Amino acid sequence: MPIIATQGLTMRFPGVTALEDLTVAVDSGVVGLVGANGAGKSTLIKILLGLMPPTSGHAAVLDLDIHRQGERIRERVGFMPEYECLPPDVSATEFVVHMARMCGLPPTAARERAADTLRHVGLYEERYRPIGGYSTGMRQRVKLAQALVHDPQLVFLDEPTNGLDPAGRDEMLALIRRIGTEFGISVLVTSHLLGELERVCDHIVIIDGGKLLRSQAVAAFTEVSGTLVVEVDEGRDQLSGKLAGSGLAVRPEGRFLLIEIADESTFDLVRDGVAELGLRLIRMEQHRHHIEEVFAAPAGPTGVTP
Amino acid sequence: MTSPLTPSTIHDIGYRHYEGRRLGRSYVIRSLFVHNLRAVYGLGRPARAKVMPFLLVAIMMLPAAGSVAVLAITKEPSTLIRYAAYAVLLQPIVAIFLATQAPVIASRELRFHVVPLYFSRPVGSFDFVLAKFAAFVTAIFALLATPVTLLYVGALVTRPSEETQAPAMPSVGAQTTDYLGGMAGCAVFAFVLAAFALVIAAFTPRRGFGVAAVIAVYLLSSATVGLVQFIALYNNNYDAAGWAGLFTPFNLVDGVQVGLFGASGSTPQGPPDGIGGPVFALVCAAVVAGALAVLYGRFRKAGLS
Repeated sequence: MPIIATQGLTMRFPGVTALEDLTVAVDSGVVGLVGANGAGKSTLIKILLGLMPPTSGHAAVLDLDIHRQGERIRERVGFMPEYECLPPDVSATEFVVHMARMCGLPPTAARERAADTLRHVGLYEERYRPIGGYSTGMRQRVKLAQALVHDPQLVFLDEPTNGLDPAGRDEMLALIRRIGTEFGISVLVTSHLLGELERVCDHIVIIDGGKLLRSQAVAAFTEVSGTLVVEVDEGRDQLSGKLAGSGLAVRPEGRFLLIEIADESTFDLVRDGVAELGLRLIRMEQHRHHIEEVFAAPAGPTGVTP
Repeated sequence: MTSPLTPSTIHDIGYRHYEGRRLGRSYVIRSLFVHNLRAVYGLGRPARAKVMPFLLVAIMMLPAAGSVAVLAITKEPSTLIRYAAYAVLLQPIVAIFLATQAPVIASRELRFHVVPLYFSRPVGSFDFVLAKFAAFVTAIFALLATPVTLLYVGALVTRPSEETQAPAMPSVGAQTTDYLGGMAGCAVFAFVLAAFALVIAAFTPRRGFGVAAVIAVYLLSSATVGLVQFIALYNNNYDAAGWAGLFTPFNLVDGVQVGLFGASGSTPQGPPDGIGGPVFALVCAAVVAGALAVLYGRFRKAGLS
């Protein structure tokens, strides 16, 4: 069962088309939704929450129809907005307990769940202080906690790494990975940075200008290519000339040499070439595709991957 | 789906799913109501948020306490403030309460963009507005009804056991009827004042502006109406003076007290006899309904954008 499936989803505002004929389906796990600012990520989340009827098209979340079963969707999902959404004059505990009750959790359960969830996102003693005095990283954790407190089946995290420093970003990404694996809650996480989602997601959906650019498993993006990366301490050009002389397709890139792998003998030729020239070999590895290359060489929409 | 417990590391127990009950709509509305009611009086918020509401409650109690004390000493029934007149007499204090506390309900969650968090949960947008409105109505009712109840209890307690000692004191039955009328008046005041203040506060997201806007509208409307009534009465135009009362909240509700609950007026000129009372009551109902519609639109827009 796909957790999210859309069919020809289109959303037009006066003068702007936020989403255009978006058809995509993703399975449970951690799903990254990537696009530049204004690509339609937040609009898509609002539509999937059943809060904004699309201009045309259909969508289902957890097999529930967004048009008719919006309320049931909202009982089962959590939402962390990208903007600031916390009142400064209450404590994190107070706030998260209140939000748990708004999902129908009885008072005692709301308290227990709030305490548990705040601990899971990494807020300890500070959770009794008013939110107004928190750092950006702590606020992001409170926002995440309120999205998880009612134990949803799926959470929408809109730009959760926004405004965080590199260390905070890494912690947040690790937390997102834990939500998807250890907590067993499916995640739809948006970002405009492809590189960071590549690390935590099982599946990546890329939209651009409201259109689907790619939707595929992360493994497929980063599959091994037919290129060998070779780095030597010095004498790169010597080696390049020698290997070219042996009939290999070589091109320099920065400190590296990129060599097309013809067959098994390519590795031997490189080894022998380095040994004959007496160079120090630092690295020899098969080049992996980087997910960013999708943007460098834009492909047409590949449609739905099952 | 509880992960295996390791007794030595209680803090490392993994994520546990919630499998308990999830309560429905009425529980959510009730929780929201209590949350907002507490917020008006600063409960669950820092100490400084409690200062203003409780100070104003204390000030509201003072005249009632004083009035009861004087009654106890003089046994002169006219020293007891009339129940129906209490809110009108203390309207500046009530107006300050409206101005400082309405933004807590109406604009605080708009200002900090909290509203979308409610609407992305199973909280209906009309339920949300209704709970907020009901909470503020209750808060104002408590502010008005507590001193009036003090007056009533004071009148009963200080009442001499022997009728002959204070022949002029109204009977317990008459006191009670008056008190119930006063309570009904407080309720109407609470509804109309809540509607008036919440709508203004909902459109002034900055708290300071909200306070100023509520006070300004209150002062302007009561000053204008006061002036119009003064001129109309000077020209012996009693009907015009009466109708003018429709345009400021305290006179409007006092008109209902006079026209429907049989209280004597506490404003320069009550509503015209006959249709005056019902018209004033209808206008009150329209103000409340209109306010709910406007608040619904305002919060819905904020929650979905």
